[in-house]
Amino acid sequence: MLAASQGDGAAYRALLAALASHLRAYYARRLARSADAEDLVQETLIAIHVKRATYDPALPFTAWLHAIARYKLIDHFRRSRLRRTLPLEDAASVVAEERTEAAEAARDVERLLAALPEARRNLIRHVKLEGLSTAEAAAKTGLSESAVKVGVHRGLKKLARMIREGTR
Amino acid sequence: MKTDALIERLAADAAPVRRSAAARTLALGLGVGAFVSAAAMLAWIGIRADSATAMAGWPYWMKFAYTLAVALIALGAVERLARPGARARAAWQSLPLGAMALGALVQWLATPDAEHMHLLLGVSHTVCPWRIVALAMPVFAGLLWSLRRLAPTRPAVAGAAAGVLAGAAGAWIYAFACAESSVAFVAVWYTAGIALTGLLGALIGRWALRW
Repeated sequence: MLAASQGDGAAYRALLAALASHLRAYYARRLARSADAEDLVQETLIAIHVKRATYDPALPFTAWLHAIARYKLIDHFRRSRLRRTLPLEDAASVVAEERTEAAEAARDVERLLAALPEARRNLIRHVKLEGLSTAEAAAKTGLSESAVKVGVHRGLKKLARMIREGTR
Repeated sequence: MKTDALIERLAADAAPVRRSAAARTLALGLGVGAFVSAAAMLAWIGIRADSATAMAGWPYWMKFAYTLAVALIALGAVERLARPGARARAAWQSLPLGAMALGALVQWLATPDAEHMHLLLGVSHTVCPWRIVALAMPVFAGLLWSLRRLAPTRPAVAGAAAGVLAGAAGAWIYAFACAESSVAFVAVWYTAGIALTGLLGALIGRWALRW
């Protein structure tokens, strides 16, 4: 998005294409008619384009994207005067949606992680994302427990610095 | 139209966007609105005749301080509400009004009973809130113009915040013309004008700020 705001057409096209498939899944899960979903995808892409000045690089991109997607969805329901009732059998898909949102947050995390050296990235993934204990991670990577602790600590510190400096 | 074709067209239109573009849009709407409002105040009511002497006393500055504080808080809220996904925090909102209520109470207790009605009603309470609402309108129009170019995902809330900001700006401008000097008067009637504008902003924002 940052590259796109600076007028990089190729990066922007790649971003929009990625967002399109993403939004398609988002709306398809929430709407019965796939033609409506495709309309909303296009409408949201246009909104992202027209309103791109409102993206504050200091804030997470996914939050911005989601707020727009949700706004367009609500707008659609208001226009079509549909009530958002939810049959019980759809409850599972709502739970699945929650997971998708977590997956999007994970995408931000993955991009940050990519900037770390591989060994350290794996340590953080084991301990912080997969929830292994220090001992388990040590066994898995062949490092000592204290080496694992130090590696995780330094890795997190670097990530925190990157977030502060707005590297994303 | 095919989505892929749309993406091509949008990508071809990827003109650089300045980081400060949103802030500039808001500043322009607010600035032009405030300018028109100030001109209207000069033409319609005029600066109070005793400005030079009144400037020596604290009540003159109290009105500017209160309205400026409310305006700054509302401006912060408008700026966040104009951006999708940015959370509006609600920490400082009641601080200026709380300070005014406290000041009004102190002044009230320090004044003889006979003058209490004058403290509260002054000589202009019947016109004060309405003048503030009227002077807020150019500012509100400017803010609507700005917000329509931005992306408020909660139109009614954004409209209310813009209304409060416009009301506070209108009240700030009106303070140049208003000769009242009681804290209670400002706390009640200025606040009434600002709140009215906020309410109006919420009603108008509901439909005017959709995108």
